Amino acid sequence: MAKFTKANSVGEWLDQRLNTTALNKVLMTEYWIPKDINFLWAMGVLLATTFGILVISGLFLMMYYKPDVNLAFDSVNYTIMQEVAYGWLFRHMHGVAASVVFLIIYIHMFTGIYYGSYKQGREMIWISGMLLFMTFSAAGFSGYMLPWGQMSYWAAMVITNLFGGVPIIGDALVVWIRGDFNVADATLTRFFMLHVFLLPIVIMGLIGLHFYTLRIPHVNNQSSEDIDFDAEAEKYLSGNKKESKVIPFWPIFISKDLAVLGIFLIFYFYLVFFHYNFAMDPVNFDPADNMVTPAHIYPEWYFLWSYEVLRGFFFDVGPIKAFDIGLAAFGFANAIFLLLPFLDRDPAVLPAYKRPGFNVWFWILMVDLIVLTVYGKLPPTGINAWVGFVSAMLFIILFLVLPIITKADAKKRGA
Amino acid sequence: MSNDTNRRDFLGYTFAAVAAVGGAASLVGMKKVWDPLPSVLAGGFTKVDLSGIKAGEPSTIMWRGKPIFVLKKTAEMENSDRDLVIGNDRFTIAIGLCTHLGCIPAWKKSMWKCACHGGEFDASGKQVFGPPPRPLDLPPFSVSGNTLTLGEEGPEYKKIASAMKA
Ligand code: FES
Repeated sequence: MAKFTKANSVGEWLDQRLNTTALNKVLMTEYWIPKDINFLWAMGVLLATTFGILVISGLFLMMYYKPDVNLAFDSVNYTIMQEVAYGWLFRHMHGVAASVVFLIIYIHMFTGIYYGSYKQGREMIWISGMLLFMTFSAAGFSGYMLPWGQMSYWAAMVITNLFGGVPIIGDALVVWIRGDFNVADATLTRFFMLHVFLLPIVIMGLIGLHFYTLRIPHVNNQSSEDIDFDAEAEKYLSGNKKESKVIPFWPIFISKDLAVLGIFLIFYFYLVFFHYNFAMDPVNFDPADNMVTPAHIYPEWYFLWSYEVLRGFFFDVGPIKAFDIGLAAFGFANAIFLLLPFLDRDPAVLPAYKRPGFNVWFWILMVDLIVLTVYGKLPPTGINAWVGFVSAMLFIILFLVLPIITKADAKKRGA
Repeated sequence: MSNDTNRRDFLGYTFAAVAAVGGAASLVGMKKVWDPLPSVLAGGFTKVDLSGIKAGEPSTIMWRGKPIFVLKKTAEMENSDRDLVIGNDRFTIAIGLCTHLGCIPAWKKSMWKCACHGGEFDASGKQVFGPPPRPLDLPPFSVSGNTLTLGEEGPEYKKIASAMKA
């Protein structure tokens, strides 16, 4: 056992037993961040904070929510919204945070893509981040179902039916996932378990992994310059702070993050108090009815792009059914981002504006995703169906040509 | 020495075997927890009186939590080999869930239109537009006189089911 002497303070007492001084250095005061980064790099702290808000507001909601098909709707819309003091506040905080968290995730993701932060040594950062995105999606979807309104019900119906597309076992798989022939009580209770326990635990684990993946390759910067972190850190520690390209996370860098966080929270609470409705679909204030489908159903805004890819293919091609093409495209859309580090064949890490072909690719992708998102919410008839088809095709083609475009960029630079 | 090593290997293999059996058994257990309960599986015969149904206006009956469409065809509606013929009347019997992703299509004049992704089915339940990959599904049923019993496979059901396969 290590030698313990009498401690002179609580801090010293803890340090002897937990080595808090060393831990503090590794995590905070000697965790190095490049100086050359902008507010887009604050999204990590924003996400961590938003997740914290989700967990805490969720705990308060869980105390009154009842996971039972006969009680769920009223426990949310009557008990929590009308009876519980400030119940409405926690619901709106939870609902708005669930929506805003995806906005921030998308900004975080596309910042990474723009600056090439997924490449050469940073693949694990990207992959763990995409796994987080997928788990967040599952958590968002399972939570959307809990109020047991019409939109909840039919979202669950459509999404669970997707598994029917799995060859051979599809139909049985759908019944198994639902625990009933239909979306029913068994489905609600298992989604409740997923939403309040299993998925949050997985998310926390993945957040830990995601932070850890940053330790060795370190965080990227605006010019994608390859910084020797050890040398720069030494400069900083020897007092040469001006020349050093890095600063410690705590207390220097965090101040900028906190400033961005402050602005974000003002925006967030503005939404919570004045515009909470955007996260609450009016259809979901009708109780679930398994005998009537709402006239037009669509998912929350953050799933619209992949939903549109799914339904973009509305005609059969030869013997292949439109349904299967759509499903395959949907699977592609959800998995392809994971492979991004390997589709980008450019050996250098550079921001998009220094890679002409990739720059064009990036902005076309952004526009395409916006078009998909907008059309995902419109009824899929007439010309809308064709816009959906073309933009879904474009999405797929973009990823198929990415290796060629990035290779060509590298060649032009003479790499 | 080599004796010891073998003994240790043996212990290792034994542990691996026990763990594998235990692991597989728990997976089976976990899978079964998610299976539908017996009460859910047992639920399920519904009787429908066909004599009160008006031609051209489909009715929707709930069976096993799913909507069942029963449409008495009018004279203008095309015949189909999935029609259930009782006397002079022809009926379309179908599970009212879109074969695309399971929304309930709504009857609009002469067709079922699915609002979710624009699928359309004609009066015989055949898909005529959009992503649905196959006609509306046929629920198992039997007929006696004017009564339809959903949930059991009668000869009329078998005949239509095999006609639909062909
Ligand atoms: S569920 Fe009917 S068209 Fe998709």
